[in-house]
Amino acid sequence: MPETATQVREISFGDAVREAIAEEMRRDHSIVLIGEDVAEAGTTFKVLKGLVEEFGTGRIIDTPISEPGFTGIGVGAAMTGMRPIVDIMFGDFMTLIMDQVVNQAAKIHYMSGGAWKVPLVVRATMGATRRSAAQHSQSLHAWPSHIPGLKVVVPSTPADAKGLLKSAIRDDNPVVFFEDKISYTKVKGPVPVDDYVIPLGLADVKRQGRDITFVATSSMVQVALGAAKMLEEVGIDAEVVDPRTMWPLDEKTLVESVKKTSRCIVMDEGYHRYGVSGELASVVQEGAFYDLDGPVRRLCAMHVPIPFSPSLEDVTVPTERDAFELARQMVNR
Amino acid sequence: MTTTQAERVPPKTDPPVEKLLRMYRQMLAIRLFEERVNDLYTRALMPGLAHLYIGEEAVAVGICEALRNDDYVTSTHRGHGHCLAKGAQPHLMFAELLGKEAGYCKGKGGSMHIADPKTGNLGANAIVGGSVGIATGAAFAAKYLKNDRVAVCFFGEGALGQGVLYEEMNMAQLWKLPVIYACENNMYNEYTHYSEATAGEIIDRPRAFGVACEVVDGQDVRAVYAAATRYVERARRGEGPAFLQLNTYRYHGHHVGDIARAYYRPKTEEEQWRSERDPIAMLTRYLLDGNVTDSGTLAQIEQELVGEMDKAVEFAINAPYPDPSRVAEDVYA
Repeated sequence: MPETATQVREISFGDAVREAIAEEMRRDHSIVLIGEDVAEAGTTFKVLKGLVEEFGTGRIIDTPISEPGFTGIGVGAAMTGMRPIVDIMFGDFMTLIMDQVVNQAAKIHYMSGGAWKVPLVVRATMGATRRSAAQHSQSLHAWPSHIPGLKVVVPSTPADAKGLLKSAIRDDNPVVFFEDKISYTKVKGPVPVDDYVIPLGLADVKRQGRDITFVATSSMVQVALGAAKMLEEVGIDAEVVDPRTMWPLDEKTLVESVKKTSRCIVMDEGYHRYGVSGELASVVQEGAFYDLDGPVRRLCAMHVPIPFSPSLEDVTVPTERDAFELARQMVNR
Repeated sequence: MTTTQAERVPPKTDPPVEKLLRMYRQMLAIRLFEERVNDLYTRALMPGLAHLYIGEEAVAVGICEALRNDDYVTSTHRGHGHCLAKGAQPHLMFAELLGKEAGYCKGKGGSMHIADPKTGNLGANAIVGGSVGIATGAAFAAKYLKNDRVAVCFFGEGALGQGVLYEEMNMAQLWKLPVIYACENNMYNEYTHYSEATAGEIIDRPRAFGVACEVVDGQDVRAVYAAATRYVERARRGEGPAFLQLNTYRYHGHHVGDIARAYYRPKTEEEQWRSERDPIAMLTRYLLDGNVTDSGTLAQIEQELVGEMDKAVEFAINAPYPDPSRVAEDVYA
């Protein structure tokens, strides 16, 4: 949250997303929002409730269930004078739009030698523990993060969500913006009343500490903060750093933190193998190797398709207790 | 060859002489350009792949002559003809094909990715069917921004196998978008006759969505121009998309290296198209037999074009390659 902001009020993560979209749409007529059941239904999560009443069906546009089709329309419209926001109801459907995002949107600027731009925002959800099973629970932010030409945002707080989404909308590049489903209603926080943006590529230290750094993304930021509280009770002072954007990545803030604490746990709700956690751990090890007390550790979604049964699903996502215990073991206190 | 003859609508009135001569010039320009591409490629001066448009010239020219400069086109891997017909300059095209800094994409795109905002060229696309979303999105923007533009999406009949085409036609018809789907049926999906890959009739596909459609003789530039004019004007009036099935033929292989073709199509078929259905010869006959012009005028056009193309090739050969230090430019806008 910007320090200069004077007036703040407490709102939910979902409300912050809606506010960002509404304010940007009031400011810029070239912005439209396009996706499945985004208008009268306000999405299945009700995040966009009320927008169609203000902006009409000409700007909040319901589509057929054709994710590649309407994402492609977003790409073409972005090239020709608009700033479309494409709504992908479940992040799992990233799989359906990969050609439009990876082969088209991400490469058009480069392939054309800078002649065309694609100021497109793809909003998608992420996060498990809603008992939605393997095809509606994944966190696939690693996929676009792998692709040059894309920017990827993974906000964790209402204030970050609002400020980063405004930046994403104003950016001249394709940006994939992941919203944690659980956070929509569960995470509330202070958000400035006045217009503000948070630049893409700036990490945020969510909690200062001396003994160990949690580099945590999206849903895992709240988990890391919960673990930090538990650690405080046993005399361990944990720092929580939220990169906020996977690309551009604020490597410096991550490295500085670990140089100070000399221990690091990366927490991410993507799958453990070949995900962003590996990249973040690598950045920390390359930058802070001689200050590290031991290897960088990771807490991620278990490497299994996300199961349905609560007793199974709950063990696939890192918890505060997991983070607490691992940190305690690493600090050895 | 399957065509629905009943759906052909012959041109009622011929365009003025200047227009006919311009179409002659444009078709011949593409032919001469592609002959030089073949030459450059076989002399190993051109890296990568070369997919020649020779034989299909009437399709690109007949359609692009019905467009304004600010109308949009999207093109394919076999895209040189579309780009030239929409107004691209041969010397900048050759430079791009040879990977030179002076090329349309600064050497970052090559033959399959020529793009040029100045002529409304949203880019050639090397994913089959990859640009149907972009073209439909450009039409979406044209309607939203009320700028009166039309988008033409060129694709081969191979793209009929891509599901996204049907998603786009569905939305284009639902929303009455000013987009023309120009299906160049050159009868071969790479090395496979389209009848082996296409159930039912091609033209029944747009019909299923209620999209206005017509089968056109893609070798007769006057017929292509007449049909394109009708549907482009219709789209500009806000009456919605159209689908043109343009029956044509690819004289050369799928790419320049595809020389031994007898296993997928007989030589006699190639010879028949070349001798009986050549689009340039057909227009020449029409112009001379009807005394629209004289052979001296046509010879002069050819002479001018030969000089222009030779100069363009020389420019490209002498142009410098991009400095390696520029490799990371244009990834982000």
